[in-house]
Formats: sequence, C-alpha cells, structure tokens
Amino acid sequence: MREYFNNIWLGLTTVFIGMNVTFKHLFKPAVTIQYPDVKLLLPERERNRLYVNMDDCIGCDQCARACPVSCISIETVKSLPTDDLGKTSNGKKKALWLTKFDIDIAKCCYCQLCVFPCPTECIYMTDVFEFSEYKRENLLYSFVTLTPDEIAEKKNNFEKAEAEKSAQKAAAAAKKAEGQAAPKENKPSAEKPEDKKE
Amino acid sequence: MIYDFLLKLTGSEIAAGFIQSLLPLFVFILPFALIAVLLERKVSAHMQDRLGPMRVGYHGIFQTVADILKLMQKEDIVTDNSDKALFNIAPVLVFTGSYAAFAAIPFSGAFIGSNIDLGLFFIVAVSGLVVAGILMAGWASNNKYTLLGAMRSAAQVISYEIPTILVIITIVMITGTLNLYTLSELQTGHFWNWMIFGGPSTGLIKVAFIPFMIIGFVIIYISTLAEVNRTPFDIPEAESELVSGYHTEYSGMKFAMFFLAEYANMFAVSAIVAAVFFGGYQSPFGYLGNSLGISWFIPIEQFFWFTFKGIFFVLVQMWLRWTLPRLRVDQLMALCWKYLIPIAFVNLLIVGLITVF
Repeated sequence: MREYFNNIWLGLTTVFIGMNVTFKHLFKPAVTIQYPDVKLLLPERERNRLYVNMDDCIGCDQCARACPVSCISIETVKSLPTDDLGKTSNGKKKALWLTKFDIDIAKCCYCQLCVFPCPTECIYMTDVFEFSEYKRENLLYSFVTLTPDEIAEKKNNFEKAEAEKSAQKAAAAAKKAEGQAAPKENKPSAEKPEDKKE
Repeated sequence: MIYDFLLKLTGSEIAAGFIQSLLPLFVFILPFALIAVLLERKVSAHMQDRLGPMRVGYHGIFQTVADILKLMQKEDIVTDNSDKALFNIAPVLVFTGSYAAFAAIPFSGAFIGSNIDLGLFFIVAVSGLVVAGILMAGWASNNKYTLLGAMRSAAQVISYEIPTILVIITIVMITGTLNLYTLSELQTGHFWNWMIFGGPSTGLIKVAFIPFMIIGFVIIYISTLAEVNRTPFDIPEAESELVSGYHTEYSGMKFAMFFLAEYANMFAVSAIVAAVFFGGYQSPFGYLGNSLGISWFIPIEQFFWFTFKGIFFVLVQMWLRWTLPRLRVDQLMALCWKYLIPIAFVNLLIVGLITVF
C-alpha cells in the first residue's frame, strides 16, 4: 500500500521535474548553426580542396611524384631561350611552359603530401570543401593558364627548336666525324660486352 | 446563435446547416492544424536547443504550408496486397470520428455546432469511432507493424476511455447536465466558478470539492493524452519500434488525413478538458463587452478564451511529449488499470458523498 502511494507521488513529482528541465531549455539559445548561411570556422591546418597558384609553378613535377594516388598529372615543354616566363614570388626563374596541370580531385585522398615538396609553395590546401558534382568528369580540375592554341604554339616552338638543335648537332657531329673518324669507330665495339651482360 | 444568423442570410435550412457544419473545419481545424504542426516542431526544437524549421518564410512560419503543398502533390500509393476498400475508408473514418466531436464542442456562447443535451456523451461515443478507423487502417495495410500499432492503439484507447468517463461522471454528478453549453454557462462569472475550483456551489462544499476536482483533472488529462496517442502514450505509433504504426503504408493526402485527425483530436480533448474543468469559453475575469456595453463583442471574446484555453492545453501536451519517454505496454496498462481507474472510482465516490450533503 505504501509502495502504491509512493509510486503515485514519485510519478507526479518526477514529471514536474522533467517538465521544469524542458521548460528551462525552451529559453536557452539554440546551438544550431544555420549551415549554408553561417559557417563554422575551420581549424587552421584543415585539408580540403587543393589549389595551385600557376603564377608560381615552375613545373618541377615534384608534387605529382609525391602523390600516393597519382591524381596530379603534369606535362611541360621547355621554353625557348628567347621566351620570358618571369620569376616566381620567391625569386626562382621559370624555365618550363606548363601544357598540362590536372588534378583529379575525385582521386585525391587529402594527404597533403604534395604540398611539402613544392619548392615555390604554389600548391596548397584551401578551406573549400563544398565541391560536389553530378559528374565525375567535372572533378578533374585543370589549372593550366595557357589556351590550347598557345599550348600548341609552345609545343610547336619547342619541336622546331629541337629540330634545329638536332640539325645543328647532326651537323656538328658530321663535322666531328669527319675530323676524328678513327677514334669513333672503336666505340661501338666497346659497348658490345655491356649489352651481353644485360 | 450562428445557425439563426446563417438561416437569415441564406434563407435555406439546408444551406445554413451545411455552412455551419463546415465552419469548424475551415475556420478552425485547418488553421489550427497548420499552426499546431509548426508549433510542435518549433517547441520541440527549442526544448532541445535547436531552431526547427527556419527556411520557409521568417523563422519558417510557412513551413506547414509548404508541407501541405508537398503532401497534395504526392503519389497516392496503395500496396498490392492491401484490402483496398478498407484501406481507403480508414483515413476518412478516422477523420470523421475526430471531426464529429467538434459538433458538440461550444466554441463560444453563439457558436456551438449542435446544442444537444447529451453533448459530453456524444463526444465520448463518437471518438470511439477513431479506434475503428485506426484498427481498420492497421488491418487493411497488411503489414506487421501497422497491425501491431493498430492493436496497441485499440487496447490503449479502450482502456483509457474508462477513467475519462469516470471523471466525466464525477462532473455530471455535480452539475447534473451533459450539455456542454449548459455546463459552460454554469461556470460563468469569474474563474473561481470554474469546476476546478468547485464549480458554482458555495461555502464549505466548494472548498471540499477542490482537491477532488484537481485529482479528477489530472486523471482526465492523463487519460485523454493516452486516448489521442500522444507521447508518453504513443506506443501505437512508436517510431523506434513500429516505423510509424498504423499509418506506415499511407502516403499523400490519406496520410495528411491521419495527421489532421491527430491534431484535431488533440484540440478536441483539450477543449473537453477546458470545457469541463476550466469554464469552457468563459472568461476568467468578466467580459470587455459587458463593461463597454457592446454585447456583440462578447461571443468573440468567448471564442478567444476558448481557443486560448484549448491551445494552452495543446501546448502542455507538446511540452509533455518532449519531456517524457515512451511507456512500455505493461506500464501503460498498469497505469490505467492499477492507478487511474481505482483513483477515479474513489474520487467518484467521495464527490458523490459530498454532493449528497
């Protein structure tokens, strides 16, 4: 009997205690952050989308080699001695035309290993994390600043220069061959044993 | 009375009756449901230190309008193996059951759907129809969860009708009427004439009534809460156990009917509690219309007080919902049969003895 009334008493009082708690919470400021409008400050060293500052890139390919998932692909073309590519912000002279600098961000694992080897600190992690796409192809980011025409031009220039160079070389070699015909004939015979070893 | 006014306006009894029967739905229940759904979400959110809907309109005030638009556009899915006829009737029946109760509820002195002598009895009887609808929905869906929910709901509603009726009988013994209009008129004047403060009786008897009236109020509030399947008595639609109980298989407007019925029911039981214990549409401190000498203003004031009381109790229901955890089935039955019914009986007996003197 005593337990019975005790139960009633406990039931009623605990309901009021609970209601008191919820009533107090009714007037507490909400902890919600209105996400797309208000964004939480991210930690200082967060790792999100990669960005490449192409003004500073010298095309050294170190980031591509550091990448464990090979999501960076770089192609470069040598510049002509007459070309002026300018300097990077820390004073390095640029010598290569970048004809391709693609980052497949869908592959990227956000390890930040590409950031450290960069000699000019031009590849780095940004605080952008909202870059979902409907198609996977859209996640292949191209950072090249040259237009396709320019790329073709640079390649063409380089090939021409190469061709000129090789022509010059061939001419020089021909000249040399004429002058020193006797010692050059020995060389192929000297290389032969090495081939056999392989 | 609003019926006489409509009769004069339209000149046809059928048209007047038709308009009057639709008035509570369009003037009251639909706007109430719109507001109550939003209120529920906002209250629950703020009780949990969240914000709730924020994006449709200022602080999300048009969220429910957007929800209704979405529900209307939704496909009406009827599962292959369901009992089609029952499946389609069930939401209508549930809504009819809860809407029929509004026929006898006095919104104000001038607006009572049907001023019948058996008002309270009618409401209790007709809200039993809801159980049939719920059971029908649960059975016709041909789904384990819905059937379980429906069975639980039937068991729960039928058990909890007993303490409700016992408390109503207690009141009827004092007032001697089942007519809600007369019951409200009895409690006129100031708030100390409300039934919770002993009603219109005077002297020592009035004081003697007060503790038993409070007990009666607590019992009827708990049992009506269980009758409308609200937390902590929401085992028929326990989301974590039964998906969502008897309306799991419903979509679109049929689901909206269940939803509307639930909110209409919430207000109906709050209105009964208000009418029985808290003076119905009576103002707690006299009318502005009386003191200013504009008698036509009084029914509007009464309407305000009635909605105020009703919505206050609906708010308390929400408050309880976001405070208390759900009861187990055995706890639910124990609460009803071991606690509420015996106490209600003893209460009935004591109040009966007091009224004899």
